Amino acid sequence: MIGDTTLIAPESVCAPARQPQILRERGQREVFCGLTGIIWLHRKMQDAFFLVVGSRTCAHLLQSAAGVMIFAEPRFATAIIEERDLAGMADCQDELDRIVDRLLTRRPEIRTLFLVGSCPSEVIKLDLAKAAQRLDVKFSPSTRILNYSGSGIETTFTEGEDACLTAIVPQMPAAAATDAANLLVVGALPDIVEDQFGRLFAELGIANVGYLPARRMSELPPVGPSTRFLLAQPFLTETAGALQRRGATRLDALFPFGADGTTDWLRAAADAFGVDPQRFNRVVAPGRERAKRAIAHCRERLEGKTITFMPDSQLELPLARFLATELGMIPVEVGTPYLNRELNARELALLPVGTRLSEGQDVDLQLDRVRLDRPDLTVCGLGLANPLEAEGLSTKWAIELVFSPIHGFEQAGDLAELFARPLRRRDVLRV
Amino acid sequence: MQLAVWTYEGPPHVGAMRVATAMNGVHYVLHAPQGDTYADLLFTMIERRGKRPPVSYTTFQARDLGTDTASIFQNAVRDAYERFTPKALLVGASCTAELIQDDPAGLAEALNLPCPVVALELPSYQRKENWGAAETFYRIVRQLADKDVKPAPRDGRRPSVNLLGPCALGFRHRDDVAEVRRLLDSLGIDVNCVAPLDAAPDDIRTLGRADFNIVLYPEIGSEAARWLSQALGQASVCTVPIGVGATQEFIEEVAALAGVDPTSALADANSRLPWWSRSVDSTYLTGKRVFIFGDATHAIAAARIAHDELGFEICGLGCYNREFAREMRTAARMYNIEPLITDDHLLVEDAILGAAPELVLGTQMERHIAKRFGIPCAVISSPVHVQDFPARHSPQMGFEGANVIFDTWIHPLVMGLEEHLLTMFRDDFEFSDSAGPSHLHAKAHPPAPDGNNQPRPQAESHVERTTEFSPGDVALAAPQTGVGLAWSAEAEQELRKIPFFVRGKARRNTEAYATAQGRTVIDLATLYDAKAHYAR
Repeated sequence: MIGDTTLIAPESVCAPARQPQILRERGQREVFCGLTGIIWLHRKMQDAFFLVVGSRTCAHLLQSAAGVMIFAEPRFATAIIEERDLAGMADCQDELDRIVDRLLTRRPEIRTLFLVGSCPSEVIKLDLAKAAQRLDVKFSPSTRILNYSGSGIETTFTEGEDACLTAIVPQMPAAAATDAANLLVVGALPDIVEDQFGRLFAELGIANVGYLPARRMSELPPVGPSTRFLLAQPFLTETAGALQRRGATRLDALFPFGADGTTDWLRAAADAFGVDPQRFNRVVAPGRERAKRAIAHCRERLEGKTITFMPDSQLELPLARFLATELGMIPVEVGTPYLNRELNARELALLPVGTRLSEGQDVDLQLDRVRLDRPDLTVCGLGLANPLEAEGLSTKWAIELVFSPIHGFEQAGDLAELFARPLRRRDVLRV
Repeated sequence: MQLAVWTYEGPPHVGAMRVATAMNGVHYVLHAPQGDTYADLLFTMIERRGKRPPVSYTTFQARDLGTDTASIFQNAVRDAYERFTPKALLVGASCTAELIQDDPAGLAEALNLPCPVVALELPSYQRKENWGAAETFYRIVRQLADKDVKPAPRDGRRPSVNLLGPCALGFRHRDDVAEVRRLLDSLGIDVNCVAPLDAAPDDIRTLGRADFNIVLYPEIGSEAARWLSQALGQASVCTVPIGVGATQEFIEEVAALAGVDPTSALADANSRLPWWSRSVDSTYLTGKRVFIFGDATHAIAAARIAHDELGFEICGLGCYNREFAREMRTAARMYNIEPLITDDHLLVEDAILGAAPELVLGTQMERHIAKRFGIPCAVISSPVHVQDFPARHSPQMGFEGANVIFDTWIHPLVMGLEEHLLTMFRDDFEFSDSAGPSHLHAKAHPPAPDGNNQPRPQAESHVERTTEFSPGDVALAAPQTGVGLAWSAEAEQELRKIPFFVRGKARRNTEAYATAQGRTVIDLATLYDAKAHYAR
């Protein structure tokens, strides 16, 4: 069904000889924790609310992480643990009940409430699973209460989304083994991108397509042995496992970045659903051509330029592949907070030989390497961008790659432009 | 537990970071899990700093808990010392590390580093950012200041002072320092040291050289100043020179302590606010209702300027830092209002709507609130945003600061004659009040008050957003509509001719008046009777 024999499993003895060397480092990590995913998840799921159970730091992180404060009233909040909770003067579970009560009285339209664990709640072993269970009994069926951890001691940035989606999987209705095969697209995508993919799947004749997360938690797609799923994001290790445990099969593909990545990703679905190759080519060709034309605008500026990725969102590998194969850039170092070799096997195979891969981070050592390498562009977090610019190194903020639509054919040009713009700006300025 | 959507202050270790980042030659090793590094971007993005904050994070993970987080901390301290060779090292824990009780102080001390180590204990579950900054600065001063350093004998030398409190991520601290330096220079006074901003540990060591201290930002500098007065006998000037009156008092107080003549400094010809405020164009400012919220120091100063120097009426005053509640209460009594002391921004929003101000002076949070409700607003205090770090010189302190404040606060208001013209030619389709002030390109969002208005897209989207309103105790104060009161069509029509920024108040006043008079129908006569009743 997967139809790909070149997949490299991590421990596979028959894996090809060219196993890239990976530099593993341990030290200060300049990355967000998993709570940050709430910034986009709460907008994606319109009937869900995220209640972080944590400290003032968590609340401060959420309002600072996006770089700006969000103007509209958000569907997230923090239950800030205080001294009296720690000193045992208040029972944390009672306090949580009180806060959830108040929250749901005020926001009765909320269908799903996520209790989100944080570093402090994990360290004091506040049992949010138990709390969710208890509260679920109380508020079900009008509101489901789920929990996951976005704590920094367990999750890095996008792993928060992975944890959230993993918590949703058990809520998905069961598809019977006898049901017609359905396709599941996994990973939060901007609505416009989701709609574009939806149209393509429809044209391919794949009728039964669901998305995880769904825009409304009340409309979760079914999952079962007849389900084939495509990961739209490379950081969904746990979610993939949870779906597989419910019988679903993962379709291996490049991630849908750029003309080639998107084609490969769509083809995996087309093959799995027995779409006639001619039909596939006919449906995909216009978008693919548009993507190539849009990318071509940036090729001149980016070709031959060197680029380093600091670890951030786990998007680094597929993006480096896109920039190398479709724009002729030269990845110097591709850092990722965590490397899942199985999910990224095809991506790894396409990275140019000699690309330095690093997993984890010691930010000071890595910055030393950036200063030695002097890449034309460094993709990094907001804490590092201005300092590197001040040293004369051009940068691209990594977070923009997570907060803007970059998947699929129609966004391929925008994605290339995100990398080209800092270089163009550098060339344009005369001050 | 406390439910929060937005917070005015970060945790106390962020306050410590602000002090460390402000200083030179200091490094802060923070025992903290992955993710706490987010705080770096406050400095590199909001303040546009071209350097990383001098902070190393230990980044411990779940799997390290119960094994050896202590040695992770010690390695981080050792590495940080070797790489950055600071002249003083700060060590401490963030909220999570506080729970695992690794004792950063003891662990760092055991390393016998060849530089002073200042151990910070900042209780994350009790305290907040400003307190953390004040405590950190106090600890640094207490540990590093040399008690044997005394001012040189006067012998005709110029008097010298320390400026305490300016910090990283402060609201206009950079420009205030420049302004106060200029002012002091005009008095013939030297600045021995500004701290923490741009101070090195050696500068802290010699704080005792100054004849006295000036506390520019009590939220950050007053703890250290108190200790310096006890340990070194240095007096402190605590008048904050924001506004013309406060600047004059500041000059007199400083001059008296320094034994210099204040006359020429007081007569600074560049002090323009008094004439700008007295000139007839400003008549329309009289009695404008202003709501003020921020840190206590800036809010209290703003209230004085608003009341005494611009002729506004203060309809709300408060601060988010409880540490200064007493000062705030004292100030509020002068304006006969009950101060709002809270860090719950939903309460503040509620108070703003209830007070129906014509101008909001607040932090970035109040700016968001005011923006949502179409009320003119100016920022007077942190928490700050990238736009609060302008490229130009833009102080709040001194006479130039007062000039800046006059411009900044007046700018969002509808100008005097324009206000009259709006009233006179209300029906001109190109000149309707929904177009907003002519000198601002942003479209005015009419404030909620007037319920059955002609449909306007902005008004609707605003209603939508307020109904999406979330946690907190306060029900969103929908403007009080008089129950059991009916407006005649004529009166309703007349009400619409009143400029939008006072329409809500006119409606409420009229309804209150009608209720008091026992009238059930509001006609034209009731409307004008009420107008006469409430006439200023």
